[in-house]
Parts: sequence; structure tokens; C-alpha cells
Amino acid sequence: MDFFLWLLKRLLALVPTFFGITLISFFVMHLAPGEPMSIQADFNPKMTPEMRQRLRAQYGLDKPLYIQYGRWFNGLIHLDLGRSFSPDRRKVWDKIRERLPVTILINVLSMILILVVAIPLGVRAAVRQNSLFDQVTTVLVFIAYAAPAFWVALLLMLLFGIKLDLLPISGLHSLMGYDSMTTFQKVLDWSKHLVLPVFVSAIGGLAGFSRYTRSSMLEVLRQDYITTARAKGLSERKVIYRHALRNALLPLITILGLSVPGLIGGSVIFESIFAIPGVGQLMWSSVMARDYPVLMGNLVIVSVLTLLGNLLADIGYAAVDPRVRTGIQEGD
Amino acid sequence: MKRPLILFFLALLFLFFPFASFGKGPKSDYGDTIVVGSIGDASTLIPMLASDATSHEIAGLIYNGLVKYDKDLNLVGDLAESWDISKDGKVITFHLRHGVRWEDGVPFTSRDVLFGFKTIIDPKTPTAYAGDFLEVEKAEAPDPYTFKVTYKEPFAPALSSWGNIVVLPEHLLKGKDITKSPLSRHPVGLGPFKFKLWKTQERIELVANKDYFDGRPYLDGYIMRIIPDPATMFMELKAGGIDWMGLSPVQYKRQTNTPFFKKNFRKYKYLSFSYTYLGYNLRHPFFKDKRVRQAISYAIDKKEIIRGVLLGLGVVATGPYKPDAWYYNPNVKRYPYDPKKTKRLLSECGWKDTDGDGILDKDGRPFVFTVLTNQGNSLRDKTAQIIQYRLKQVGIKMKIRQLEWTAFINDFIDKRRFEAVILGWTLGQDPDIFDIWHSSKTGPKQLNFIGYKNKEVDRLLVLGRRTFKRKERKKIYFRIQEILAEDQPYTFLYVPMALPVIHARFRGIRPAPAGIDYNFIRWWVPKDEQKYIMP
Repeated sequence: MDFFLWLLKRLLALVPTFFGITLISFFVMHLAPGEPMSIQADFNPKMTPEMRQRLRAQYGLDKPLYIQYGRWFNGLIHLDLGRSFSPDRRKVWDKIRERLPVTILINVLSMILILVVAIPLGVRAAVRQNSLFDQVTTVLVFIAYAAPAFWVALLLMLLFGIKLDLLPISGLHSLMGYDSMTTFQKVLDWSKHLVLPVFVSAIGGLAGFSRYTRSSMLEVLRQDYITTARAKGLSERKVIYRHALRNALLPLITILGLSVPGLIGGSVIFESIFAIPGVGQLMWSSVMARDYPVLMGNLVIVSVLTLLGNLLADIGYAAVDPRVRTGIQEGD
Repeated sequence: MKRPLILFFLALLFLFFPFASFGKGPKSDYGDTIVVGSIGDASTLIPMLASDATSHEIAGLIYNGLVKYDKDLNLVGDLAESWDISKDGKVITFHLRHGVRWEDGVPFTSRDVLFGFKTIIDPKTPTAYAGDFLEVEKAEAPDPYTFKVTYKEPFAPALSSWGNIVVLPEHLLKGKDITKSPLSRHPVGLGPFKFKLWKTQERIELVANKDYFDGRPYLDGYIMRIIPDPATMFMELKAGGIDWMGLSPVQYKRQTNTPFFKKNFRKYKYLSFSYTYLGYNLRHPFFKDKRVRQAISYAIDKKEIIRGVLLGLGVVATGPYKPDAWYYNPNVKRYPYDPKKTKRLLSECGWKDTDGDGILDKDGRPFVFTVLTNQGNSLRDKTAQIIQYRLKQVGIKMKIRQLEWTAFINDFIDKRRFEAVILGWTLGQDPDIFDIWHSSKTGPKQLNFIGYKNKEVDRLLVLGRRTFKRKERKKIYFRIQEILAEDQPYTFLYVPMALPVIHARFRGIRPAPAGIDYNFIRWWVPKDEQKYIMP
């Protein structure tokens, strides 16, 4: 019962936080110089001052900021994110929604790749601390972390796309004949196109995650219960994977919780390089065009996910770690 | 009054031999698709609402205007077969083509043009192009094939404004909110191509309009792929993923000379519709004296900039037009690199290095100024550095500052907080440059932001708008160029070249002053080289 009370409190605390975020973002956003019609209007000889006024009025930009925020907020309560300020005037939710599947697909795939590769890598490096394997992976991982994604991407494209001619260079599927493919062929076609983007987007996370695992594992291996387990005569394998790893993964729950909003946030750089129509590019162009409704719409989604991610991480932590649970009970 | 008769016969000819008049020999084949690379996605495919190049490029293949420019930048009829201009120059009467139909089979008539006109001047329409149409006193459609506009005063650029921006299908839009119309993402046109599909930020596909009034295009399809990164685009070109893209000077000169490229691609070059300049804030005490501006122009070696920045792929700009346009005056005062002349002119104005620090000074003020340019344009950045180096040699210290575009325009240009700028203008096909040079256009947000004022130029700019006669206009704009060359409100730097590369299987491409795409619908691919076979 205490747990639910705690959960309720946490949930209630999220509400003012959320509105605080939207309020501050809204006002900060308007501090940036320029206006949504800048791109259409600036340096356009055909643009008359009257036209400019007209456009401002249409966008509601002639009203004071607090009224603009009030209008936007009123829409939000009615689950309406408004219409984009760009010339297409599409609904914000439509613009974001059509890009979500691809972004989530790539981010989930790359998250899986990161976990599958980084955890064993980190564990091995920790178990054989200061061995040749540890040192080599450390160096490699740091090189991968430091290498700019766009540069790695271009080199890989050059190698696999042009020199070896194995993989397509950009896009999500073949241009011609895609419609007449069987489902299996379509999946294969998509996979081929996704290999490089997923790999490149995973590189950075790979480095970070394997380091976290390594240091967390090192910490655990020093604990008394590991010595106890070894003293009991358990096989090294059991000691590491049954006793050490389970405990070492605890802090990773927090990190995973924090990565939830990242699943819908795309990266402009790799999306541009691979010509993938994801959320990152939409946000980038909206920032450049000062398309406030789209920016706010994305912000709402990201902040909700961040808050939920944090909450989930806390709950998950409490669920798997008895120490946290007891801590809560004692505190109350 | 013979003309209509001839046109009637021509129309008959079209009826019976739809393609005969265009075939360049019997060899042109139909079929194949061209895949074009574009950095940005389109925003909306209703031309009057769009303000970006990509949208207009696509919309230009779907919609036609009453008039268009031919390869030598002459205005010719498109949906209008001909037009008459009244003696006083105030009334233009367009005679529209008969038998043109929208994709959905509805006939195109003057009502569509009238509707487009009413929409564009409607205050509710968020368009950036209403300016030219606000000069119209009244517009009428007396019969389905006649469209008549009356201007308050003769207005020469008006003729060219009746392009595809104001032709809209009335039967699909009447009484509806244009900003929410499905036509913005699924246009219904009457041009050489028909819309097929648009996947946001991915690609736009068009198919040939078999019923196009001017004969169907030879190509079956047109696909624009959106690839934001130029390096990726270049690799896609090499891998066969696209057929047509614009090259950078480095790519043109150094990366496309392999046997593979020579076999598979053709490179083209033509003067682009733009120029880059160094503009002075004429309110600033340093730059008020035209001798100072002339002196700086002499100190800058424009050929060196073209060699260094464009790898030779450009020409020296001598004024606000590109050199192959009919209104370009080749005989204006030029400013070849001549540092001695610079020094003489500057010392005439009182600029001398009295304290021996290598920088000229006058009344105790050293000649130091900052040039602003926009971030992310490496050509302008390099140009600035070369100028900086040359000015240092004559004792002028120029600092360079780069700014994000919107901040640059709003906080510096609009507030006139700048000493000098390096920027460029994109040119229209009409020589009218009233908005950039007329003294009435120096107000906030207006384009004569350097504050140039010259009575004779003012008079000529107005005159140039009043007459439709090419000979007279040529004279007027020649004189304007002479004055600008003498005054040097800008140091005109260079006109870069457009450097398209297109797959070698496409035939019929002929560069002209208008570029290469003016005859796009006549490009073709021999049957045995066709790559994409459409079902």
C-alpha cells in the first residue's frame, strides 16, 4: 500500500514539472531571433510590409507571448498540438507521427545491438582487468567513441556501397520494383538498407555502455559476497554470470530508463547522412524555420517520455533491488 | 490580324500530328525515368504558397503559367497563345490556348486564372508573391479563352508574373480554405507531368502526362530523392542511385575525371542566376565617399577569388546581372586588381598611415572594419579570407564575423548594425531590380539595406518598369549598370557557375542562358540504354 502511495505522489509531482517544462521552453524558444515567416519573407523582394503583417496575424504572432502560450496550452488540453507554421500548414501530430515508426525502429534496433555487444564486452573486460583484451577493447572503444559519426558513415558507405557494392548507400528501401517484391524480399531489402544506419548509430552508445558495464562489474567483483561465492567452490562462470552480473546490471536500469526519450529523438547527423526521414531532421528544420508548434509538439512528447522513463527506472529499481524497497518503507 | 489564323492552323496541326513538330528526327525514344537528387524536401505543391526552390521545381513540372521564358530569356506564350498590350501599357489581354484540360478532364479556362488571381490577392492567403498583383486595378475573364488585366500604371515585370503561380484548378478549390487543401500534398495540374506520390523527406514521384497539350514528355517518369548530405548524394550518383545532381567546384574539377565518370556521366556548366558581392553600409563614415569604395574594389583581385574559391568555375561580376543576359552591359567601368590605384585614391581621401603601424588612419581613426557573412557557406568564408589578405596589403584591417542566418538578418541587417557584408543575390529573369536599389526601399526589412540613394537610378528604375519595349528597357538597364559600376555601392565579386552532372544516357540536353531544364520534356533516352522500365 505504501508503494502505491509513493507511486501516486510521484505521478502527481510530474504534473507541475511537465507544465514548468513547457512554459519555460515556450518562452526561451521565442527569445531566438527571427520569426517563423523569416524564411519565406526575409530577402524576398516580393514581400511587402502589409503581407508580413498579414502573415504575422495569421500565425497569431501579433498577440503578446502569454496569450500565444495560453492558446497553445488550451489546444494541448484538448489533445491538439496545432498546425505547423511551415507553408504546408499540416497538423503537428501528423508531421511527427509519419516519422515516428522509422525513428523508433532504428533506435530500438540499435539499442538491442548495443546491449547485445556492450554487456559481454564490458563483463569480459572487467573479469580480465588489465589484460591485453581489456586494454585493446578500451582503446578500440574510445576510438569508436571519438570518431565522428558522419565520417565513419561516409567511410562505410564508400567501402560497402561503392568499392564492394554489397549494400545500398542511403534510403530505406529500393527505388524501383519495391512494390512487386514478396514480403520476405521486402524485409531483406529493408534489412540491407538498415545495416549501416543501425551500426553507425550504435557505435557511440556501444562505447559508453560497455564502459558502464565494466566499471559496475569491477565494483561488484570486489564485494564480499563474490569472495563468499568463490569460497563456496562455485564455478567461475556461475560466480560471474549468476552472482556478479545480476548485481552489476542494477545501475544500468537507470541508464536504460534515461534512454527512453532517446528512442523517439533522432539524430540529425546520421539521418541526414543516410537520407532517413526521421524525427531528427524534422526537428532540425523546425528549429531553423522557427516552427514553434512543431518544436513544442516534439518537446511535449520528449518531456513526457523523459519523466515516464525516470519514473519507470525508479520503479524498476525498486522492483529488482530489495535494498531500495526497504529504504522506501523505512523512510515513510 | 493574320496571327489568330496562323495559330488556328498550328492548333489543327497539333490535333492531327501531335508530336511531328517536335521530334528531332525519328530517333527520339519514349520511356525511362530520371532520378534527381535534392538536398531539401518540398514544403507544399501549391506554387503560390511555397517559397523554397524544391517545391517550385516540382510544381513547375505539374503546373504551367500563361507565359514562360524560353532558352534565351525571352517571354513566350505557354497557356496563353498570345497577348496584346494596350497603347498606354496599362491593359494586357491574354488569349488562352483552346483544348487544354486539367488532369481530371475538366477544361482549363480563363476562370481558373481569374480564380488564381483572386486567391493570391486574398488577405487570407499566406503567400509571399502578392506584391506584383497588388498593382492590378482589375482582372476580367470576358470569355473562357480571354483573360484581361488592367494595371493602375504600366508595369513591365507584370507580364512575367503571370506564370504558374496564378493558375489553379477552380473546380477543386472554390470556396475552400487553400491552406488546408489536399492539393498541397496531392496536386492536380495540367503540366507535362502528373503527381504520383510523395513520401515526406524521402522522395516525390511524377509520371508523364500523356495528354499534355504541348506533346507528352519523352521520359515516362521523374523521381526526386531527398538526400540532405551532399557527400552521400555524390556517392549515390556513383553507385547509380541518382541520375542528376549539382556538383560543387571541387567535385567538378577534381573528383569527376575518372574513366568511369567520363563513360557514365555528362557534366554541364552554365552561369547561375546569382552573384556574390561585398556590400558596404553607406551610412558608415568610412564608406560614404565613393572613392573609398572604388579603392577597395581596386584592391580586391576578383580573378584570384574565382581561381581560389570556385576553382575557375565562375566569371567576374561587373554589376547586378549575369553576363549572358540580354540586359547585361559589358562596357561598364571595371576594377582590375591595382593596389597602386587603391593607395592613391585612399590618400586623396585623407587616409594615411601616420603612426607607422601598417594600418591607414584618418583623424586619429584607424581603417578597421568588420565584414559579416552567414555561417555555413564555405565559399563566402573563403572569399572573405582572400579579401582580408588583400586589404591588409593596402593598410586596411578587415575582421570577419560569421553569424547564423536568421540572427544575421534580424539582428544585424534589419537593424543596420553592420559595416560591410559578404552576401549574394539570386537573380530573376526580368531585369527589374527596383526593390534592391531604389531609395524608397531603405526602410526596415527592405532590401536596399546598404542605404543606396541615387536620383538618376531612382528615375531609371521607375522608367524601366513602365515600358514593355525591350530596346528601351535595354537602354535603361545599361545606364543603371554604368552608374552602379561608377558608384560601387557593392564591390561586385563573381557570378558562379551551375555545375549539373547528368547520366550519359539522357540526350537532348542543350545548355543556354536559361540553364538546361527549359527543354526538359524533350530529353530522351535511346531504347537500348533505358534503365527503368515502367510497366
